[in-house]
Amino acid sequence: MKARVTVTLKTGVLDPQGKAIEGALRSLGVEGVTSVRQGKVFDIELEGTDDRAKAEALLKQAADKLLANTVVENYRVEVVG
Amino acid sequence: MKAAVLVFPGINRERDMARTLRLVSGTAPAMVWHAETELPKGTDLVVVPGGFSYGDYLRCGAIAARSPIMTAVHDFAERGGLVLGVCNGFQILCEAGLLPGVLMRNSQLKFICRDVYLRVERSDTPFTRGYNAGQVIKVPVAHGEGNYIADGETVARLEGDGRVIFRYSSPDGMIDPNWNHNGAMNAIAGILNARGNVLGMMPHPENHVEASIGSTDGRGLFAGLVDHLAKAA
Repeated sequence: MKARVTVTLKTGVLDPQGKAIEGALRSLGVEGVTSVRQGKVFDIELEGTDDRAKAEALLKQAADKLLANTVVENYRVEVVG
Repeated sequence: MKAAVLVFPGINRERDMARTLRLVSGTAPAMVWHAETELPKGTDLVVVPGGFSYGDYLRCGAIAARSPIMTAVHDFAERGGLVLGVCNGFQILCEAGLLPGVLMRNSQLKFICRDVYLRVERSDTPFTRGYNAGQVIKVPVAHGEGNYIADGETVARLEGDGRVIFRYSSPDGMIDPNWNHNGAMNAIAGILNARGNVLGMMPHPENHVEASIGSTDGRGLFAGLVDHLAKAA
C-alpha cells in the first residue's frame, strides 16, 4: 500500500524559506505569485495491511510521533493505493 | 559534579563541553552514547551538547530527541535532575517535549557564527547563580536554526513565570531588533522548564571559559552549577 504524508507550516508561523523562494520567483519574472509557503512530502510504502482505515491510523501515528512537529506544523495523510 | 554528556551521531561540540566541565568542576564527565538506555549511576547533571545530530535531517534535533537515552533523560528530569541543552541540545530538548516551543530557521536565512551579547535575566536558578540579574555576557553562537518561536499563550506563560533566562541584547543590555541576530520572539536565547531544572540555550557558554580564548563569560554558568550541586549534596 502506498501513502503520502504532507507536512506544512501552520497558518501564522513565519516561514523565512517560503519568503526567500517567493522573492526568487519574483526575480525570475514569474508573475502573479503573492505568497509561497514551503513544506515536506513523505512517500511511504506500507506492508501487512490492506485496510485503509488501519493504514491511515498508522500514518497518523507516524506523523504525530516523528514526521511533524505539531507545535508549528500541520499534516495531511493520504492512502494513494 | 557527576555530569553526563550525551553523544549522538553528528554531534560535534561534545568535546568542547566535556573539556569545559572538566576544567571548571575538576571531574571529567561521562560520555553517554545515544543507544544507551540508562544514565550512569549518580549522574547529577545531563548535558545535551551542540552539533548536527543526524545531519539535521527531518528537523533539527527531531531524530535525536526520540533515541533510547532520551527516555532515561525524561525520567531524570522528572525526578528533578538538572538538564542543560546547548544549541542542537536546545533543539533536541524542545523536540523531546522537555521544553516548549521550536527553533526555526534564522529570520535572515543565514548561518550565524559569531560572539553575541546575552542579558542574564535571573540569577536565582541553578544555571545562573554565577551571574547577577541584568548582567551582560559575551558568548558565541553558531547556528542556522535558532529563531525561537512558540504560540502566544506559551510565550506569555514563559514571560509571566520568569522562565526566559537569556536574551540577545546590545553590549549594554538593551533589547533591540538589531541585536536579536536570529529573529527569536522576545529576543529569547535561553529558557527554563516550569520546574526550573531544564535549561535550553542557543549560545555556547562552554566556549568562553578560558582567558586565552579572550573571554571567560561562560564560566559563571558552569561554576554556578558546580556550586549548586556541591550545596545540594
